[in-house]
Amino acid sequence: MSFLNYLVSGLSLGSVYAIIALGYTMVYGIAKMLNFAHGDVIMVGAYVCFFAFTRYGLNPFISVILAMLVCTCLGIVIEKLAYKPLRAAPSLAVLITAIGVSYLLQNLALLFWSSNPKVFNSIIPNKSLDLGGLTVSYITLFTIAVCIVIMIVLTTFINKTKLGKAMRAVSEDKGAAQLMGIDVNTTISVTFAIGSGLAAIAGVLLCSAYPNLTPTTGSMPGIKAFTAAVFGGIGSIPGAFLGGLMLGVIENLAKAYISTQISDAIVFGVLIIVLLVKPAGLLGKRAQEKV
Amino acid sequence: MRAMNKLKGLNRTARKNYLTYALVIAAYIILEAMMRGGGMKAATKGMLVPICAYIVMALSLNLTVGVMGELSLGHAGFMSVGAFCGTAATMCLRDSMPSAGLRLFIGIVIGAVAAAIIGFLIGIPVLRLRGDYLAIVTLAFGEIIKSLVGNVYMGIDQGHLKFSMFTNELNMSPEGKIIIEGAMGIRSIPKIATFTAGFILIMISLVVIFHMVGSRTGRAIMAIRDNYIAAESIGIPAFKYKITAFTISAAMAGAAGALFGNNYSSLIASKFNIDTSILVLVFVVLGGQGNMLGSIIAAAALTILPEALRGFADYRMLMYAVILIAVMLISNNAKIKDILKNIAEKRTAKQLAKGGASDE
Amino acid sequence: MSNVVLKCENLGIVFGGLAAVNDFDIEVHEREIAGLIGPNGAGKTTVFNLLTKVYEPTSGEIFLNGESTAKKTTVQLSKAGIARTFQNIRLFSKLTVAENVMTAMNQSMKYSLLEAVLRLPRYWKEEKEAREKALELLSIFDMQGMADVRAGSLPYGAQRRLEIVRALATEPSLLLLDEPAAGMNPAETAELMENIGRIRDRFGIAILLIEHDMSLVMGICDNITVLNFGQVIARGTPAEIQSNPVVIEAYLGKHKEG
Repeated sequence: MSFLNYLVSGLSLGSVYAIIALGYTMVYGIAKMLNFAHGDVIMVGAYVCFFAFTRYGLNPFISVILAMLVCTCLGIVIEKLAYKPLRAAPSLAVLITAIGVSYLLQNLALLFWSSNPKVFNSIIPNKSLDLGGLTVSYITLFTIAVCIVIMIVLTTFINKTKLGKAMRAVSEDKGAAQLMGIDVNTTISVTFAIGSGLAAIAGVLLCSAYPNLTPTTGSMPGIKAFTAAVFGGIGSIPGAFLGGLMLGVIENLAKAYISTQISDAIVFGVLIIVLLVKPAGLLGKRAQEKV
Repeated sequence: MRAMNKLKGLNRTARKNYLTYALVIAAYIILEAMMRGGGMKAATKGMLVPICAYIVMALSLNLTVGVMGELSLGHAGFMSVGAFCGTAATMCLRDSMPSAGLRLFIGIVIGAVAAAIIGFLIGIPVLRLRGDYLAIVTLAFGEIIKSLVGNVYMGIDQGHLKFSMFTNELNMSPEGKIIIEGAMGIRSIPKIATFTAGFILIMISLVVIFHMVGSRTGRAIMAIRDNYIAAESIGIPAFKYKITAFTISAAMAGAAGALFGNNYSSLIASKFNIDTSILVLVFVVLGGQGNMLGSIIAAAALTILPEALRGFADYRMLMYAVILIAVMLISNNAKIKDILKNIAEKRTAKQLAKGGASDE
Repeated sequence: MSNVVLKCENLGIVFGGLAAVNDFDIEVHEREIAGLIGPNGAGKTTVFNLLTKVYEPTSGEIFLNGESTAKKTTVQLSKAGIARTFQNIRLFSKLTVAENVMTAMNQSMKYSLLEAVLRLPRYWKEEKEAREKALELLSIFDMQGMADVRAGSLPYGAQRRLEIVRALATEPSLLLLDEPAAGMNPAETAELMENIGRIRDRFGIAILLIEHDMSLVMGICDNITVLNFGQVIARGTPAEIQSNPVVIEAYLGKHKEG
């Protein structure tokens, strides 16, 4: 395979990371919490799509919509039951709760669907496009395209709509936003809903490219996407996009040219270097404490 | 009677420290007696050393999270370094040192020193960051250590150690013996770790932490945690104290790892992943940040819990998750917190009133 | 004339193109209580942050006891003799009152961590001395009875006083007080005023204080510097400042001549 091939498949993997990272970054920006359970929402989304599409033969588009609906509801329910009561609690308590939710989702999945891997059928025909020496599969192209569309839609939503502006206001200053008449609780719920809906899409795309689906499918991509979000500057939407893509490319190139065994180590090594040079990530803002 | 009076004269911290020592010693005596009396199931007996190792891990992480106030998500990495160095050391010494106890001691010391060195080196970049960024970088280092340790090959050949990364080409003579074998780790370990060694390690960790917290070093570290700007304004070099605490914390995790590694017949690098780091963090948070007795109880209880729930087989990890969420929600419930705050305020008021009275 | 403890020349800092403090000069002598006043946002706390190197000055020089502080960090300046309190109280809230004060004595204590862990004699000796000294310093404000209370649970006024004690424990030659009377009632303010005077007499140090309570400033300061928009607009004794038209204008706004 050529360098260009690795690059394109890296961009595709990076697109998946970017979509997951968007969820992390939005939730962090608005609720200042590391939602460790986000990776497991991906897994739930992938299972829903698997049953709808592979088992019951529904239309792929409807299957994806169904997965998004389920994950959106799941995101809202998790926020309401587990995170909302802890809004005033120390951040470490919220982190541990998120870890608890992550364990809960994984073990529920284990109970319902067992640990046997499910073979996920790609929602896109398994064909490739020949671009004069460069062979690219449909799913690769599709993944990149979906990521770009999501990026454009989300940016427009955040900047142009009233709800999007409310989200920005809440992430800047919760108290002030409340005084300006913004319903903070609803805004946070919406953020979780959008993040979880995106997680479902990420789950479907991830499993279309790597068809092995188990209850722990979401964990590692979740952690890596979280890394990507920090890499790009947590809280920043373009940062998550950039971080995700770069992470995917670095991982793929490291696998191809250095070693598969330590590709993860290289990815994390790059993260550390970036944070040492730019402590708030590539596109993040550093908050200064007022003395 | 005089002892009682002396105990009363101590402040609350000192009393709690003595209570912690006393409970640990009592637990050790009871368990050791049960073991000698034969009143203990083999499965329970097998859990004693891992429990000790996890307790030391929890104490170590509590030093970082509770006393220093920084979140580490990569503590399993230090445990891994300690486990591999400590276990490899005891295996290398097998022929030249007949006493298992002495070998274990040396193994634990080597594990602690190795982890301390790694902790110091990692601390230099990491401790310049703050908050969530610091946490994510420790997570990254934990994963890097896991990947690297999983690719180390080491052998011993006529008294010489041979190392290699990624390949098992150690160029050894036929007498050479391979000890660490990449992803397969270390195998046929003689299992020399004992409950008594674990107990001693816990006691040493407690003494180090309590005596440190009660010294100028501990005060400086906690001052930085509470308000680093004020700490610097009174001449406390934040970085120097933080790296001291972090290195000691890493050394303890390394010692715990060495104890842990010498308790099983095989050891692999992927055991020390993010899940292990998080497991230990859960002990610390449930036990209470800065509360060492809490960490000990939480580590012991939560290591036993999944075993105790074994009857529920498939549901046990589910219940573990539910218990975790429930404890967090209940302990952070606004109403319960208000009640606790009221009690604390009353105590302060009483102390203030008493202090005022003694002035006259 | 007594020794000059603090001397600033043309001190300035620019934040994003805006000069928060510009051409700031001051001299504070041993046993002098100097006041720094000015309307909100005039740059008073910024001056303190420059003096203690929380911010790096863009221009100018600071001399402490005749030595330039250009190459010193916040931590080194504490050793060199500057101590401060904060406008928004910054105590070590989870430590006790006595521990807060003892933490400030860290640099004069010598025992090592190893001596502490092994509880060797030097540990006991220095700890005992430090605690006694802390109690003695606390007695300036009659706070020795609160020594073992958590600092975070103290009443507001006591927290402000504890900050002063903690600063004194570093044995400074220059004490910077940032609004020490903020949030206190008139009786408490009067008592604080007396205590600040007593601290000056007892330790023989220079004190520079920022304060909005004019009764306090006019009552205890030997000299006052007035800051507005980052510039020194007036300087003099309390009597001179009180009758200075430029100062009155800065505080009350320009009078409309009708």
